[in-house]
Amino acid sequence: MNPYIAIGLLLLLSTGLALIIVLLGAVLGPNNPNERKLEPYESGMVPVGEAMQRLPIRFYLIATLFIVFDIEVIFLFPWALIFRKLGIFGLVEMAVFLLILLVGYIYIWQKGALEWD
Amino acid sequence: MTTTDIIEVLVKIVAVFFILLTGFAYLTLFERRVLAALQSRIGPNRVGPGGFLQPVADGLKLLFKEDIIPAKADKFLYLLAPVAVVVPVLLSAAIVPWGPTIQLFGRSIPLHLADINIGVLFFLGLGSLGVYGIVLAGWSSNNKYALIGGLRASSQMISYELAMGLAALGVVMLSGSLSMVDIVNAQANGRWFIFMQPLGFMIFAITMVAETKRAPFDLPEAEQELVAGFHTEYSGMKFAMFYLAEYIAMIVISAVAATLYLGGWRGPFVEQLPILGPLYLFLKIMVFLFIFVWLRASFPRLRYDRLMTVGWKILLPLALINLVVTAIAVVGADTKFFGLLGG
Repeated sequence: MNPYIAIGLLLLLSTGLALIIVLLGAVLGPNNPNERKLEPYESGMVPVGEAMQRLPIRFYLIATLFIVFDIEVIFLFPWALIFRKLGIFGLVEMAVFLLILLVGYIYIWQKGALEWD
Repeated sequence: MTTTDIIEVLVKIVAVFFILLTGFAYLTLFERRVLAALQSRIGPNRVGPGGFLQPVADGLKLLFKEDIIPAKADKFLYLLAPVAVVVPVLLSAAIVPWGPTIQLFGRSIPLHLADINIGVLFFLGLGSLGVYGIVLAGWSSNNKYALIGGLRASSQMISYELAMGLAALGVVMLSGSLSMVDIVNAQANGRWFIFMQPLGFMIFAITMVAETKRAPFDLPEAEQELVAGFHTEYSGMKFAMFYLAEYIAMIVISAVAATLYLGGWRGPFVEQLPILGPLYLFLKIMVFLFIFVWLRASFPRLRYDRLMTVGWKILLPLALINLVVTAIAVVGADTKFFGLLGG
């Protein structure tokens, strides 16, 4: 039997379970909202300003770097499965690939993209 | 494919849900009792014998709490976020092999939901998908604490996922397969991969704590500065769902770590008595879960810049070195390269 049928069923049932939990909580609990209660929580003080402010660029930089290096890891997966068949050839090929990425890694390190202050 | 196959799958799904949800409930109690013991306290022991009914009481209380949706929140995404957090975590339990194939009612039933040939990749992919729910929760709440918590969580999870993927690659190279069942079978007779991949195991163990956002990597929900982080605005059952996702993620990631490095369900006499398999896996999971709680009791929280330094400047290069050394060792052994050097 195709294992993805089981995964599909699990996806359906877990989504159903999650929706039922959300719904149950909404139905069973009391519901008496007021203006103060629906304000953003700021440790009991009256909220100051908007929540959507400008954020440090670091977070976006990390996300960009992640994409580059995650694709590197994805490329390594098929190689890791068959590298025994490829032998020395596969080893050298992957060493070249890793060296190129290593240059990039050293570059972003030197540029201070990994610093956080 | 027949109706009995479908029934078998459905029974297994219900069993997995039962294991995970009960595991979640009693893991909260386990954590509170162990944490209390480590801090010379008693912990919750009043509800039922030894506090055994405490999770039930907690669940009922949360079920009947008011369901608050902040006026400024993006209502649709606010409601979607808890679902988007829980579903990938439950789905990642599909690939865990809980035990060997057993004979029941004249059928041979393998004790895993789905043996797919991309198992490890599937697990890592779902780990990435889990970030979406957390970012959505942080953003849609329209709360400063929630937004910063969500951003911190996403940065942390994607940074540590790199090192985790690279560490898991070492196991894939040794077993020659991404399927979790094949990985368990490659560790027969006590040839656990932890002995061949000690560095890989250390990296995986550190990253799994960071991926589940547990102490000392719990900056996204650092209570002294961010209240509760990305789920500050959530109440009642939706609040409980974030905890459900976190604790089930701990169980599943412990099961995956046990499968990758500690031989999964393998142990002495498991060939003669297959039912011992799930028991061995349970014991191995408990070891990891105890370490999770122990870490929380022992270590202070990291500073955010140091968290990023550990992830990007220490774990990532170490995982790459581990990969290269493994590759050279395996190919060297295959081609008798070292033999040529010596002779």
